[in-house]
Amino acid sequence: MAVYLDYAATSPLRAEVLEVYLEHLSVTGNPSSVHSFGQGARQVLEEARESISRSVDCNRSEVIFTSGGTESNNLAVKGLYWQRQRDQSRPLIVSAYTEHHAVIDPIEWLVAEQGAEVVWVPVNELGEVDLIWLEQFLEANHSRVAMIALMWANNEVGVVTPIPSVTALASRFDVPVHSDAVAAVGHIEVSFASSGLSTMAISGHKLGAPVGVGALIVSRATKLVSVQHGGGQERSMRSGTMNSAAAKALAKALELASQELEARRIRLTDLRDRLVAGVLAISPNVRATSIGADRLPDNAHFTFSGCSGDSLLFLLDAAGFAVSNGSACQAGVAVASHVLIAMGRSQADASGCIRVSLGLSTTDEDIDALLAALPRAYASAKRAGLPNG
Amino acid sequence: MKVLAAMSGGVDSAVAAARAVEAGHEVVGVHLALSRMPGTLRTGSRGCCTIEDSMDAQRAANVIGIPYYVWDFSERFKVDVVDEFINEYRAGRTPNPCMRCNEKIKFAALLEKALALGFDAVCTGHYASLLSDSEGNLELHRSAAMAKDQSYVLGVLTAEQLAHSMFPLGATASKDLIRAEADARGLSVANKPDSYDICFIPEGDTQDWIADKLGSATGDIVDREGVKLGEHQGSHGFTVGQRKGLNLGRPATDGKPRFVLEIRPKENVVIVGPHAALAVTALTGSRYTWCGLAPTSPEEWFRVGVQVRAHGEEVTGEARVVGEEFEIRLDEPLMGVAPGQTAVVYLGTRVLAQTTIDRTVSALPVGSQG
Repeated sequence: MAVYLDYAATSPLRAEVLEVYLEHLSVTGNPSSVHSFGQGARQVLEEARESISRSVDCNRSEVIFTSGGTESNNLAVKGLYWQRQRDQSRPLIVSAYTEHHAVIDPIEWLVAEQGAEVVWVPVNELGEVDLIWLEQFLEANHSRVAMIALMWANNEVGVVTPIPSVTALASRFDVPVHSDAVAAVGHIEVSFASSGLSTMAISGHKLGAPVGVGALIVSRATKLVSVQHGGGQERSMRSGTMNSAAAKALAKALELASQELEARRIRLTDLRDRLVAGVLAISPNVRATSIGADRLPDNAHFTFSGCSGDSLLFLLDAAGFAVSNGSACQAGVAVASHVLIAMGRSQADASGCIRVSLGLSTTDEDIDALLAALPRAYASAKRAGLPNG
Repeated sequence: MKVLAAMSGGVDSAVAAARAVEAGHEVVGVHLALSRMPGTLRTGSRGCCTIEDSMDAQRAANVIGIPYYVWDFSERFKVDVVDEFINEYRAGRTPNPCMRCNEKIKFAALLEKALALGFDAVCTGHYASLLSDSEGNLELHRSAAMAKDQSYVLGVLTAEQLAHSMFPLGATASKDLIRAEADARGLSVANKPDSYDICFIPEGDTQDWIADKLGSATGDIVDREGVKLGEHQGSHGFTVGQRKGLNLGRPATDGKPRFVLEIRPKENVVIVGPHAALAVTALTGSRYTWCGLAPTSPEEWFRVGVQVRAHGEEVTGEARVVGEEFEIRLDEPLMGVAPGQTAVVYLGTRVLAQTTIDRTVSALPVGSQG
């Protein structure tokens, strides 16, 4: 049986979540219908909304259900940007190039098609955004800034952004902040109420809920222009019939994640630290990424010098370990990660990377087995050389 | 054996992979990403560089039941195949990029990587046969499906490369049989159109693409005596044997059409002449390799078959090695042979050697009538 160590890509559907999901999948009723069937479906949906508001510490009407992280990020970035053009022109979007493509690409689309301008906040070699630079930039340019988008935790290298510090800065200049919290929620403590954020994206399948459900948390004070138009559901921010069963599944996954958060953090940090120590002992040519930064407990990211990531990935897969080398494009080609490039790595240096992300079912034995398999895989991958060497 | 099946997304490589599995090998499918900016959908008859092709390959691997990966060779491909193709045109030569891809990518970069990662062989859907002689030496032979035979583009393989190659389609008599087999195996690529064009040239228009890469520069079109007949916008826009697009104002004295005979890129001159002058009686290659075992005394003339383009006919002649060069004398003149093309030398159905044509001898000396 292969060992799954790619929880950051997607995590297995949890049994408790599946049970709740199945229970509600066969229930008839459109939550917007007036009759008893509709009311039944609405009840399920609103229970889910209320539960989620407890898990992420927000007001229940701040939860806007979506199809997942990409949709939530698109709605936040485009919706906030358009909203902020209504009273005056504010072309600037401030973000960082370590963001997920679900944030970078909507921004680049706004730049290409809608006259927006983007400024990428510098990040250091650990992947931390430069808040001093951000403060100085806002002081000089705040009247032209539409919004700031900075992720709560990085999906590739696991670095956590001090979101309250970002929002404290932004609030001095009345600039709204969106945060992609897909990699953070359920992994570390996230309180929307005390975050100071205008919007926050979350996704179900990174938490043990099914693919195809997520939410955008939109503060009551924030207005958004909608991306998709139709029946005016979800406070007219996200038209489309609501998926009660999936919402319920997301709520269950979040509820479990909040209950288990601290125990999970302690257990996975231990496993992860042991993995990092073991991997670093393999060779002086292996480096662990972002050590010293505030990081997710379950993410380990390594650079194996002198080999290509796809060789390592292939060899580990053949040996029964599912890991990742970062973002993969549609054709399945591993491209040098834009996150690592933004952190100042060269293309060659960014090529031999492996991300190991742990989760609920990861055991001590899994870590031991991976540590036992890695030296041989690394040796073979080095023989196969660099991708274009 | 542990076999890496190179899967383009086409029907041939899919059936080849399936046959390798059936032969009892442990097979892994690999799609080579050769373009940094792959298109989304296949257009026209291009072969293997789109996301759709990658998905087709993946789907085929799923149906066959083998693991599947995409490996990035885009930078190597750009340097060793695309840039080399442009450089060859710049030098007034007519290269075969598929051959270069086999030589530098599939049976070099890919094979080396495969061996390092623990594979024993690379399997492709080429129509060619690998046979052993009585002493166990591997020989590359023409495919049983003569109409599809691809032994020409594999002529660059050496004995060492043959030892790690596998061509499961070689004994099949026709492509129709391969398509029927793919259909029977439930492979949805069974009816996918054949690819003909050069995979990295969009729209399949080589001349436009090359002109775009090399720019334009006005030069002369002259006859074999050096008399100027017209002008052109860049010698790289011509290939030997070309008749159309010369736009010569003056007709030839004999009233017959004129053809491109030679391109001199350094002087940016295109030389034209009568059709008969295209006929070549002998050719010399500068680089050559033996495909498998070399003959015992190659410096003495020996009888051979010769093919100078991928789908060209085989002609007969004699060959010998002189120092670093490979000389070929043809029994009957051959039309339109351009420097840069590869001559593949056969002994019966066996591929013996290949050489890149450097110089040719015209059947019609300058000054004589065509």
